Amino acid sequence: MTAADSTPPECVPSPHAARTSHPAASDLRRGADSICLKEVTLARGGRIVLSEISLAIPQGSFVGVLGANGAGKTTLFHALLGLEPTMRGSLSINGQPVRRGNRSVGYMPQMRKLTGGQFTGWSMVASALHGQRWGLPWYGRAARAAVEAALAAVDAQSLAHRPVGTLSGGERQRLLLAQTLLDNPSVLLLDEPLASLDPARMRETVARIHALARARGMTVLMSAHDINPLLGLMDHVLYLARGRALLGTVEQVITTEALTALYGAPVDVVRAGGRVFVVAEGGGSVLQEHDCGGCGVHA
Amino acid sequence: MLEYDFMRTAFLAALLVALVCGPVGWFLVLRGQTFASHALSHVGFAGATGALMLGLSPFTGLAGGALVAGMVMGLAGDRVAGRDVMIGLVLSVAMGVGALFLHLLTRSASAATALLFGDILGISPGMLGWLALLSLGCLVGLGLMARPLLFATLQPEMAEAKGARLRVLDVLFLGLVALATAECAQITGVLLVFTLMVAPAATVLRLSLPPLVGLAAAAGLALAEAWGGLTLSWYTDCPTSFWIALLGGAGFLLVGLAQRIRA
Repeated sequence: MTAADSTPPECVPSPHAARTSHPAASDLRRGADSICLKEVTLARGGRIVLSEISLAIPQGSFVGVLGANGAGKTTLFHALLGLEPTMRGSLSINGQPVRRGNRSVGYMPQMRKLTGGQFTGWSMVASALHGQRWGLPWYGRAARAAVEAALAAVDAQSLAHRPVGTLSGGERQRLLLAQTLLDNPSVLLLDEPLASLDPARMRETVARIHALARARGMTVLMSAHDINPLLGLMDHVLYLARGRALLGTVEQVITTEALTALYGAPVDVVRAGGRVFVVAEGGGSVLQEHDCGGCGVHA
Repeated sequence: MLEYDFMRTAFLAALLVALVCGPVGWFLVLRGQTFASHALSHVGFAGATGALMLGLSPFTGLAGGALVAGMVMGLAGDRVAGRDVMIGLVLSVAMGVGALFLHLLTRSASAATALLFGDILGISPGMLGWLALLSLGCLVGLGLMARPLLFATLQPEMAEAKGARLRVLDVLFLGLVALATAECAQITGVLLVFTLMVAPAATVLRLSLPPLVGLAAAAGLALAEAWGGLTLSWYTDCPTSFWIALLGGAGFLLVGLAQRIRA
């Protein structure tokens, strides 16, 4: 699986769909693919967002999903969750076709308007525990233990008794992360978890997610507007632009040649002060939102 | 006051209605759909006056009208339920149609007052049976959907990914709201459904209680306000609806003040 490789990758089926949750797991299962797309075409609102995408993401990989607004990051996530029908092609997770309600996939949507800010962090996290099941929101001993464990995993025990409305963006983000961990997923899809965080919190959040993923052998797809907070921690970059996708290591993908080919227009990769900037010919950053007045946040 | 049959009936009716209105209102306030429920009660008014014209019981018309409107609203989704203008239009058209039906009815004045402002002392024992049946149905329904509804309310996208059916929940919940509205209108009238449905729930939601406790507390507070209103109206000879409305507003303000002082 290299960036230059244009032939559809052969997906290596996972030996078993069940996951083991030990630190060494990610090494043991090298070679098996967790997420596999074969010639997938996705549309949103009648417009084709991604066309004929083929890629395979190995289990335990930490992938940064990059691309400008409208490039198809959220659409791709929705397709992997089985929420968005595919026009063509097939998507599979752990060797199974994608389906809605797959418990082995944890999803953190983009942070939006807060509903129920008066609830405590504990109640908020608990609402997601088997939240799709019919019945009363009653939490027995096992359920309470699961909520405590999820809170502990993100060091959010101190937030458990505070109303969510009084928490900072970063603290709320931790609660959302705890919710995605409730079902012990093997794949995490995180949509812009760094949005509206300050730079120090961004780095801290990425490091936290990275450590969690390593410890549990989870595959992580994390979309972002800036590559820099992810540098050094991600195994692969999935770069989306102009309906196409490029998957590879940072060294393979974030190069002037590779991105110019992807965009079909001159793009420069500039490295300065240990950071990376993808700059378009006109001078603006390709990934940032600044010159994107009209395009939706939700693509 | 409890030596009178009509008062005992009134207290029982208030109990049945409050136990449903509190918890349903709790979700209504949390979901930001209070205005939608207000519109449902107005469509119910058109239904009730229409039923009177046809010689049917106004309660059947009220419940039927509100139920149909609730289902349609749920099916239409955000295109209607989330839009103030759409809801306002539905509300005013329904009210206008109701006014027309009342005009066509000759014996309109007392019927109109009962429908608009409630007539808890006029509830018949037969009606009580219907209320009991409806309340039981509503509570069972709410008990079944409370968990996914809470999840879908707090985190719609995550809930959908986990397999919750948002549209189904929307329709079911608004149907439930319609039935609760019809029940509530028996006591407070269609114009004051807010008082029992929204005021206690909004007050309880200020308290940061866990969901199940909050649902129970909303039912309790609605009951306290309904019975309080009945009692006060007995001793003052003012309408029950007036007292329930006043208690609802006062409770909401008091909790807010107490929180302001404590903070």
